[in-house]
Amino acid sequence: MNATRAADTARTTYREALRAALREALRGDDRVFLMGEDVGRYGGCFGVSLGLLEEFGPDRIRDTPLSESAFVGAGIGAALGGMRPVVEIMTVNFSLLALDQIMNNAATLLHMSGGQLNVPIVIRMTTGAGRQLAAQHSHSLESWYAHIPGLRVLTPATVDDARHMLAAALDDPDPVVLFEHGSLYNEEGVLDAATDSVGLDSAAVRRPGADVSVITYGGSLPKALAAAEELSGDGVDVEVVDLRSLRPLDDATVLESVARTHRAVIVDEGWRSGSISGEIAARIAEQAFYDLDAPVQRVCSQEVPMPYAKQLEEAALPQPASIVAAVRRAVA
Amino acid sequence: MGEFTMPSLGADMDEGTLVEWLVAEGAEVARGDVVAVVETAKSTIEVECFESGTVTELLAEPGTTVPVGTPLAVISPAASGPPAVAPGPGPAAAAAPATPLVRHQAAEEGVDLQAVHGSGRGGRITRADVSRAAHPAPARIAASPLARRLAVSLGVDLAAVRGTGSRGAVKADDVRAAAGSTGAAGEESAPGAAGGESAPAAPAGRAAPAGDRDRLAIARLMARAKREIPHYYLSTVIDLSAALEWMRTENSRRTVADRLVPAALLLKAVALAAREVPELNGHWIGGRFVPATGVRLGTAVSLRGGGLVAPSLADADRLPLPDLMAALKDLVARARHGRLRASETADPTLTVTNLGDQGVETVFGVIYPPQVAMVGLGRVTDRPVAVDGMLAVHPTVTATLSADHRASDGATGSRFLTTLDRLLQHPEDL
Repeated sequence: MNATRAADTARTTYREALRAALREALRGDDRVFLMGEDVGRYGGCFGVSLGLLEEFGPDRIRDTPLSESAFVGAGIGAALGGMRPVVEIMTVNFSLLALDQIMNNAATLLHMSGGQLNVPIVIRMTTGAGRQLAAQHSHSLESWYAHIPGLRVLTPATVDDARHMLAAALDDPDPVVLFEHGSLYNEEGVLDAATDSVGLDSAAVRRPGADVSVITYGGSLPKALAAAEELSGDGVDVEVVDLRSLRPLDDATVLESVARTHRAVIVDEGWRSGSISGEIAARIAEQAFYDLDAPVQRVCSQEVPMPYAKQLEEAALPQPASIVAAVRRAVA
Repeated sequence: MGEFTMPSLGADMDEGTLVEWLVAEGAEVARGDVVAVVETAKSTIEVECFESGTVTELLAEPGTTVPVGTPLAVISPAASGPPAVAPGPGPAAAAAPATPLVRHQAAEEGVDLQAVHGSGRGGRITRADVSRAAHPAPARIAASPLARRLAVSLGVDLAAVRGTGSRGAVKADDVRAAAGSTGAAGEESAPGAAGGESAPAAPAGRAAPAGDRDRLAIARLMARAKREIPHYYLSTVIDLSAALEWMRTENSRRTVADRLVPAALLLKAVALAAREVPELNGHWIGGRFVPATGVRLGTAVSLRGGGLVAPSLADADRLPLPDLMAALKDLVARARHGRLRASETADPTLTVTNLGDQGVETVFGVIYPPQVAMVGLGRVTDRPVAVDGMLAVHPTVTATLSADHRASDGATGSRFLTTLDRLLQHPEDL
């Protein structure tokens, strides 16, 4: 027990936290299995499932052919059949091949069956840019999924959320899509020993502040925190809100924060047009209009396919400097 | 050839005074055009003609009073052409069609009708078009929604505030600076904001020397209160013989400087009653009543030179009477010297207006938004009262309650005044 506790409070990476969560889920429930491209022998293309094949065997850590539609569909069938599948899709770009399964089956079956068919599947996928993987591996399409009723869309940004969101997602009787930002896998953090579970419905204030609310999620959280740190040196007290879940959106926490700071900057790695940041800005305008003391600012990716060249990719993405600039516009 | 005569504008009208001609000789008029203004015993009325044609002769001078039926003007049938073309000075200009009344208005306000776009039927220029041309809408002030909300609650005129935001937009801080208040004092708490700044709107702002600005602030606030708050009013006469008798005994044991005055007793009783009837102690924020956690009793203090402020006594329900007395004296003195602290002006939960020393018997106050009630106390006066079936003369006070009907009903208000009465019958417990 003590050993476990000591291990839990040690520094860990986002990747290791996800692996620990998978291992715990596989150990705790026979119905849980992991499948996807390269999750077994290769250890997952981002190394998340490294070693799990040796530990749990090929029945539970299943490599699949390169056919997202097929193996996501198989996962949905397994979920309908009483299993608790965790399906890994390499990147969100490839998930579009399975979008028919995810939207037309996983998300809709509960409604179309009149409440008779739950689909308890968890779909994990990598999202986001920043690692020079070019346009077909680098996009942030989570807001497309957040558009779909019937799905729960999670975006863990901290090691604690990476460690504990999977278990909560498996407990959910309905489909959950878990977006892991590719730039976070190597992020280190200290697990909170006191936390052994997390809720999935509420956003979190990662840094309290009084002057402006920076609202973000996933891979943009470290950038927002870095920007807040830089701004604090200039006397701008930034509050950073981590959405954690894009569907449902916890707008109460966002609105409460805006009601206190009167200014909002939304950081979203998605393209600006039709983005989740647009949704949040609209909710602020609808529900907190009279609390606003400045126009809502958005920091999004440039509306281009993500470039491969390092400097161009950096220029296309939200960066601490662009967040700092947006905050300065808000408090000007 | 037709005559335009003094019309009968009511069965009891037998004469009228021509106030003004809206047409000149030579003007073309159409049936239904307003051509003159006539004053009757009751009101001033615009009068239409019943014929189309040219006004060939005006028979009456403005200012003359004539019997009904007296010819006022001669209108010749129109030769031809559209009925209501502006005569215009010099060669008849092809202006948009406009009635004589509109032409008259345009002449008065110095508007060139040719430059006005007609929005009426067939491009006719209406009175509204002329008004718009004469008084173009002021440029919209760029201000944040929060700044606008604050400006209303602090009684600040946005047009007078210099904006420091981007493109000169007025921000909340600019409004606060203009209101002379700082920080959260006097700021409305955001509806639904848990644990944020908690101060609701300050009643009458600050304690600066009363000037136009203060008057303006009071004007705005009170107008808003009367406009937005559906007041209901209750009144009751409270027998103060027990309270004043107890106070006399108490005062006989005190030094002159420490003596109590009836106002202190009354305020303490109001504070305790507010605690017992919490539905009247709090604020109307965001469309619902938010009860206050403690009693911060606002006391309306009129300032020398006009105006008033309502600083608050914190925890008035828990202050022992002598302390309340001291706090009250201190507060009034400082209010009149313009030395109030922001915390004292910030956030009363219930306000008392005590006009006893001004001599009136009854005062019905106007609620300070966003509070939901105002207690009025009149002069302590001897009145005949029935005691045990006999007539006696006792000191009494008329206590009134103005309350927000959105937040409470008459039964609640009644309970409050009854409680106040009961508390004052047991002064030793105050």
